[in-house]
Amino acid sequence: MRIFRIIGRSIESSFKSIFRNFSLSMASITCSIITLLLVSIGILLSYNINNITKEIENELTIVILMDKEISEKEITLTESRLEDIDNILSFKFVSKEEIKKDLQAQNETYAKIIETWKEDENPLQDSFIITVVDVRDINETATTIKNMEHVSVVKYGESMVNELISIFDTVKNATIILVVALILVTTFLIGNTIKITIFSRKSEIDIMRLVGTSNSVIKLPFIIEGFLLGAIGSIIPILITIIGYTYAFNSLSLSGITNILNVIKLSNPSEIVYITSFILFGLGSLVGMIGSLRAVRRYLTI
Amino acid sequence: MEFIELKDCSKIYKNGVTGLANASLSISKGEFVFIIGHTASGKSTLIKLLYREEKPTTGSVCVGGIDVTKLRNSKIYKLRRKIGIVFQDFKLLPKLTVYENVAYPLASYGYKTSEIRPLVLSALEQVGLKDKTRSFPHQLSGGEQQRVCIARAIVNKPRLLICDEPTGNLDPETSKEIMDVISDINKNLGTTVVMATHDKEIVNRMKKRVVVVKEGLIDKDTQKGSYK
Repeated sequence: MRIFRIIGRSIESSFKSIFRNFSLSMASITCSIITLLLVSIGILLSYNINNITKEIENELTIVILMDKEISEKEITLTESRLEDIDNILSFKFVSKEEIKKDLQAQNETYAKIIETWKEDENPLQDSFIITVVDVRDINETATTIKNMEHVSVVKYGESMVNELISIFDTVKNATIILVVALILVTTFLIGNTIKITIFSRKSEIDIMRLVGTSNSVIKLPFIIEGFLLGAIGSIIPILITIIGYTYAFNSLSLSGITNILNVIKLSNPSEIVYITSFILFGLGSLVGMIGSLRAVRRYLTI
Repeated sequence: MEFIELKDCSKIYKNGVTGLANASLSISKGEFVFIIGHTASGKSTLIKLLYREEKPTTGSVCVGGIDVTKLRNSKIYKLRRKIGIVFQDFKLLPKLTVYENVAYPLASYGYKTSEIRPLVLSALEQVGLKDKTRSFPHQLSGGEQQRVCIARAIVNKPRLLICDEPTGNLDPETSKEIMDVISDINKNLGTTVVMATHDKEIVNRMKKRVVVVKEGLIDKDTQKGSYK
């Protein structure tokens, strides 16, 4: 019970100290707010980019058209060759007859055109639809397939994919660097606030030592103060994350952009905002505590 | 074994100055001892060795059964909880009331509020300040501030009261009052008192044991001594 009373009194003393050095505390809190906001943006971006990339990868297929006159045997041979390629996740053979039927069913214009063909006439080509394991190696896979016998055309959206992935990677890396830099600045700033608190309370610390307060009880309020500065700094970013992301999700859904670009859509808020908030709170408190621990270790000589 | 025992204690500071040279001293439980000497004679060093503000370069210091020389930094608080210290400059916290200042050590040890209250009130009564609990230090006279300091020192009922020139900043009349308070604590509570001072009048009037420190050495040790 004694330990709880000591912790309770330390928390009280930390709050008093935050208000006593109000401007300094505000500087630290503001810095945590900015950092955590960026961390939040970083997490949400990365999560969505990952999802979108996965979506693109799932949607992305290689379509190969076989030579016009091709025998059953040659198709079987092609199938076994495709099976040997590591980067191929799955493939599906679509015969030209199936394509013809599909086209007729899909669109009236196509149906009318196809009606003009003779009964056994089919200028279309047999094809395979291929899904790859790693979209980054899609170029190589496509080249391998193109070099195979009886393959006439290989089609996939390579340039768009490559560009998108590289943009996503750049955004991700830049965010990570910025966040790491800001975390360091925040740790330093909170440490500095605690250092000044320690100096301003030097006589009080001396008195505590002389009246027999244990070292851990002397240090505890400073560590709690760092924790509080970080934790208070996480409140606004958490609110912005929850409210802002939900708002962005809803307005994107309403605007219809999501419907047009099926792939580019935000993940559902419930999937991500709560875990992000938890991370922000944890990170804020941890950064605050690390900052104050450093200051206490350096400047609080007992 | 005596309550306080210094054996062949020397203290040489980092800058080469000798604070204390080969001092040995024993003080029994319940004694009242004056440590007197000129400025820089070594009396403050001797006092600081007792509450482990300084560590002897050689020799050993035992206080109330605790070997102070072997005490690790992180364990000093255990010694200080058994000791009350009164300072020349009072060392009160200006933003806390009299009551809060006296309660401060107990609160930091984790005592319950209900445990703290009777102890604080009894200490304040002992020093005659029970009606000033809500005042702040700056609203008090020098003598009253020193009384608060004494109350804070005795609130945990220590077995030893160390006073480092407690009347140094006070006029003769107030000094006399403070000495009466400390003398009462010694008599009524049986607390051992070790007091560094160079107030001749007080030493001569009290007729207690006097240890004279001169150039880092214990020059004289007399029962019912005086200060010439």
